[in-house]
Amino acid sequence: MAMDDIQVKDGVDAETVEAVKALSGTYKYGWNTEIEMEYAPKGLSEDIVRLISSKNDEPEWMLDWRLAAYRRWLELIEPDWAMVDYPTIDFQDQYYYARPKSMEEKPKSLDEVDPKLLETYKKLGIPLKEQALLAGVEAPEGERRVAVDAVFDSVSVGTTFKAELRKAGVIFCSISEAIREHPELVRKYLGSVVPVSDNYYATLNSAVFSDGSFVYIPPGVRCPMELSTYFRINAENTGQFERTLIIADKDSYVSYLEGCTAPQRDVAQLHAAVVELVLLDDAEIKYSTVQNWFPGDENGKGGIYNFVTKRADCRGDRSKVMWTQVETGSAVTWKYPSCVLRGDDSQGEFYSIAIANNMQQADTGTKMVHLGKNTKSRIVSKGISAGKAQNTYRGLVSMHPKAKNSRNYTQCDSLLIGDKCGAHTVPYIEVKNNSSRVEHEATTSKVDDDQLFYCRSRGMDEEEAVALVVNGFCKEVLQALPMEFAMEAQALVAISLEGSVG
Amino acid sequence: MLNIKNLHVKLEEEDKQILKGVNLFLEPGKVHAIMGPNGSGKSTLSYVLSGKGGYEVTDGSAQLEGVDILDMEAEERAAAGLFLAFQYPVEIPGVGNMTFLRTAVNAQRKLRGEEEMSAGEFLKVVRAKAKDLKIDADMLKRPVNVGFSGGEKKRNEILQMAMLEPKMCILDETDSGLDVDAMKLVAQGVNALRDDKRTFLVITHYQRLLDHIKPDVVHIMANGRIIKTGGPELALEVENNGYADLLEEVA
Repeated sequence: MAMDDIQVKDGVDAETVEAVKALSGTYKYGWNTEIEMEYAPKGLSEDIVRLISSKNDEPEWMLDWRLAAYRRWLELIEPDWAMVDYPTIDFQDQYYYARPKSMEEKPKSLDEVDPKLLETYKKLGIPLKEQALLAGVEAPEGERRVAVDAVFDSVSVGTTFKAELRKAGVIFCSISEAIREHPELVRKYLGSVVPVSDNYYATLNSAVFSDGSFVYIPPGVRCPMELSTYFRINAENTGQFERTLIIADKDSYVSYLEGCTAPQRDVAQLHAAVVELVLLDDAEIKYSTVQNWFPGDENGKGGIYNFVTKRADCRGDRSKVMWTQVETGSAVTWKYPSCVLRGDDSQGEFYSIAIANNMQQADTGTKMVHLGKNTKSRIVSKGISAGKAQNTYRGLVSMHPKAKNSRNYTQCDSLLIGDKCGAHTVPYIEVKNNSSRVEHEATTSKVDDDQLFYCRSRGMDEEEAVALVVNGFCKEVLQALPMEFAMEAQALVAISLEGSVG
Repeated sequence: MLNIKNLHVKLEEEDKQILKGVNLFLEPGKVHAIMGPNGSGKSTLSYVLSGKGGYEVTDGSAQLEGVDILDMEAEERAAAGLFLAFQYPVEIPGVGNMTFLRTAVNAQRKLRGEEEMSAGEFLKVVRAKAKDLKIDADMLKRPVNVGFSGGEKKRNEILQMAMLEPKMCILDETDSGLDVDAMKLVAQGVNALRDDKRTFLVITHYQRLLDHIKPDVVHIMANGRIIKTGGPELALEVENNGYADLLEEVA
């Protein structure tokens, strides 16, 4: 569907404007925490890179790594091939480091964390308390325990259930702590999946990342609970550059969840994260994201620019990775969680729901790079566009000469709500051997007035009807999410589309 | 129950008058049938009453239990007790039939300010009612109307009606596309819901449905008006002679 030559029926215009107006204020997490912050000086330079490194008490090798990345970044040009349009980012007009003053002295336990920060996470619905559970109180039936690493602007404020995880041999801590405490693991794996020179934003991240999560699952261990990181951008004019590194050693398993929100602000903010997953033989990682950054207002003012590099390296034979993402936020999304299927018989899966409403722009998809024999990949992408949003699926399936007998299945569905939005599908397929099979299916449809009327004639109001139809459209992906996330995601789908029909 | 006066309706997008002064008075507990040739405005009447977009009421009124419904949203009319069994029920991929039913039941309850039905109670009720209509557990799990046969779709409409317990039921050509056995099953479902308060408006082309759902009153509709009203014998007359004689009579 082309962007410009869309006919608008009489009467629709006014209604759409009304509907869109009604939308403002529906972003639930747009509030701001009043807290005293400490900032590094504005702008980006070698000195800032050194400052971030010293704030984190990093060893020399880490600083050198960052500086090399910074020098590299200076020579790179921002990519412009994505179907997104945003004003030029002034990288000197940003803060690269912001932490709550109260975090200057690293809290030794959750009890020492600033109550204001704990309150912030409570308000977001993220429990940073584990006392009740540690005291041996049974969790209510059906409620699974989740360990949380909470990242506030540039720093991790606390990680729950660390001790209990330690007993199982699982390391779950902030990346800054891992650099200090587990340098052998970090040095071995950091940048081994997403090299420093990978792309503009990944290189920038390598230079200035301030915190993030680190996970190591030892051989043969099934992580006893789900792990999650919750990212909150609070400070103004501050970029968040987090780095996540997850290593699943031989025959291990972990399910990891990631959530993100930010306050409602007029000025766009930058988020450039790097996530690296390493899987050795027979390892399995499930990585789920519910991304709900502030999407900007109905006129496209403010919001988060989300430029993220996520990649899994299935190094080991028979390893398996599954990315599931629900993308509802961000003004601009540029994100392609990918799988490098290096080990023989390794598998990669990508399930995605991307919703773009109002002026949001999303260019998202995945890359499945088949290197090993008998590797399998599956892509299920559901793109939903409403308002004046543009939603692009961009995906690469590549079968290398040695990836004999490999298979890919791609299903790419787009749903349009209203007649001013766009859906675009850009699949790239490269096959360099003759024993592999690639399948691609794509559909584009509109939310059907007859479906909506059918629902309404049974008593549902318009928003309930849209939510029901859209949730039906996304069902395959929602089913791939862990239980509690699926419920949240389902509600989020409804909230994100409020007022999207005239 | 339902009182329609001088209803004039045209298409919103073009200057085409479809209903040209329909008058109908349906008493509680009665079954009225509307018959008529293609294009007479029968389906339009059912859509306008249930609140579908694309039509403009240019004159007249429709009251459900004394309350004007034409300015209400479709869902408000549903909550007020109006139900339309569709001629062509819509498919909703990915939405389980049971989820749909439960969402509908609770949405109506919410609109009426009542408490939601608990999951357990809902399950019990829906299973019992599904059994009467020979709807098996599998059909309750499948996505709404997706891959349903013609008969399954119509039975599913009647199941929705049974669950929502409306006061005023409009059946739009519920017999179309059904074989004799399926029609009997649907008719049984409808008859089971008949009582001295619930009113039915049965729209059909053919007399044969009325053999199974016995009407109290039969109306003949043509060219956007009710041209003749009578007892069940009127349906038989149409069956034997077609509409031509009747049309000439009023011409």
